[in-house]
Amino acid sequence: MTVKTSRGALWRSFRRNQFKTEMVNLELSQILTGHKGIVWNVSWHPQGNVIASCGEDKTIKLWSKEGVQWTIKTVLVDGHQRTIREVAWSPCGNFLASASFDATTAIWDKKSGQFECNATLEGHENEVKSVAWSPSGQLLATCGRDKSVWVWEVAGDDEYECEAVLNAHNQDVKKVAWHPSLDVLASASYDNTVKMYKEDSADNDWTCVATLQSHDSTVWSLAFDNTGERLATCSDDKTVKIWKEYKSDNQEGVIVNDKESVWKCVCTLSGYHTRSVYDIAWCHKTGLIATACGDDIIRIFKESEDSDLNAPTFDLMCTKLNAHTQDVNCVKWNPLGNQELLSCSDDGEIRLWKCSE
Amino acid sequence: MTKTADNVNPHIYEKGSERQITSAEHDEELIDEFDAREIFDLIRNINDPEHPLTLEELRVVEESNIAVDNKENRVTVYFTPTIPHCSMATLIGLSIRVQLIRALPSRFKVTVEVSEGTHVSEHAVNKQLADKERVAAALENNNLVQIINQCIAVM
Repeated sequence: MTVKTSRGALWRSFRRNQFKTEMVNLELSQILTGHKGIVWNVSWHPQGNVIASCGEDKTIKLWSKEGVQWTIKTVLVDGHQRTIREVAWSPCGNFLASASFDATTAIWDKKSGQFECNATLEGHENEVKSVAWSPSGQLLATCGRDKSVWVWEVAGDDEYECEAVLNAHNQDVKKVAWHPSLDVLASASYDNTVKMYKEDSADNDWTCVATLQSHDSTVWSLAFDNTGERLATCSDDKTVKIWKEYKSDNQEGVIVNDKESVWKCVCTLSGYHTRSVYDIAWCHKTGLIATACGDDIIRIFKESEDSDLNAPTFDLMCTKLNAHTQDVNCVKWNPLGNQELLSCSDDGEIRLWKCSE
Repeated sequence: MTKTADNVNPHIYEKGSERQITSAEHDEELIDEFDAREIFDLIRNINDPEHPLTLEELRVVEESNIAVDNKENRVTVYFTPTIPHCSMATLIGLSIRVQLIRALPSRFKVTVEVSEGTHVSEHAVNKQLADKERVAAALENNNLVQIINQCIAVM
């Protein structure tokens, strides 16, 4: 009997300590089932009322709310021959792009009344790993196993033109993400680096303008904050890093040679994740950072109140153990800023969470 | 075109004995956790891609190079290529990984790595085997899956 009491006391003190240090609560709202096999990615419609998901089963599922429950409204099949790795809604919400291991990127829209694939972007030699729309919706970026990053321009109705093929990485490129307001692109790679690109106004040539080097293994994903002056990256090295842009007129005395700006790693979050960190999402409304990890856990970090911009500190606010029964592949904050978080996993499930402070 | 094997004359070792099934293992009441021997039994008969021999006979896999943590749901297998510049190392590692993913409950996190200091591209091979996205893409390649299935199929 004594053993039982002391165990109970221990548990209570453990719970107390958890509440003391972790002040964000992540509550499961719904489990969305329907995919067979790995669910690689989910994407919120910009209005926050439709979810697109994709995975190993080569289908895209579109979910929307019926009463309080999210249900499958449309299933897009026959678009791809192999795994669909990522889906992305255009900023206007009228187009959906899907990147597949079959080397193509498909663009879907419902001009005809129902969703159809009306354009296919071909050019990558093999697996396309990621696709992202620029904030204006006029540009698309894709990247893949062939080590290249492609920038495409929306040239007209169902027409897309390749603007640039960027070969800055020397390995597999895992993810592309655009700056929240400018046509600045970032990519994360198996070569352990992150690269930034922009178009040179003089000759309209896209070039690599920065290389962010600090991770010790594959950089799986990246997310800008709402200003675009900071970037969060996550890696197979089990860390999360925060980078800050220093422009040529910076007050801190950071030397910016002949470039417009330099990016410096100002914070490394290590010791939290126990396996590869596959995805990171930085909420543009609340500033909360969520991570998806191979240890089946979703973690939430928040910048401290007294955080120094040049050496910021982030506190772990929530550790959702067994958020999924297998690796968590993706986390996405609802763009409405209502603290809803989506996650998906190797376990075949999508989970919707409500975050509260 | 026939390709000559990297190691044309590998050292062949004797097979170990079969595991003794004890009465405890027939007892449904007992919780029987996974141990290194069971993991070994799952991979010892994988065929070498170049020789009509098993990974056990070539001592590519050994029971002592397997670690199981049931509480943390971790299985770690270190394999030893027969020669340090073996071009088949990634394929062997992939076969071990695929066999374990297929055979073990999904709660297990499987790590397959080259035994330290036994391969010239140890780091590159390990990184590739740990990249689940590359593994997933490889498993959609029918030719490769066929080769892996041939390796895994018990003779």
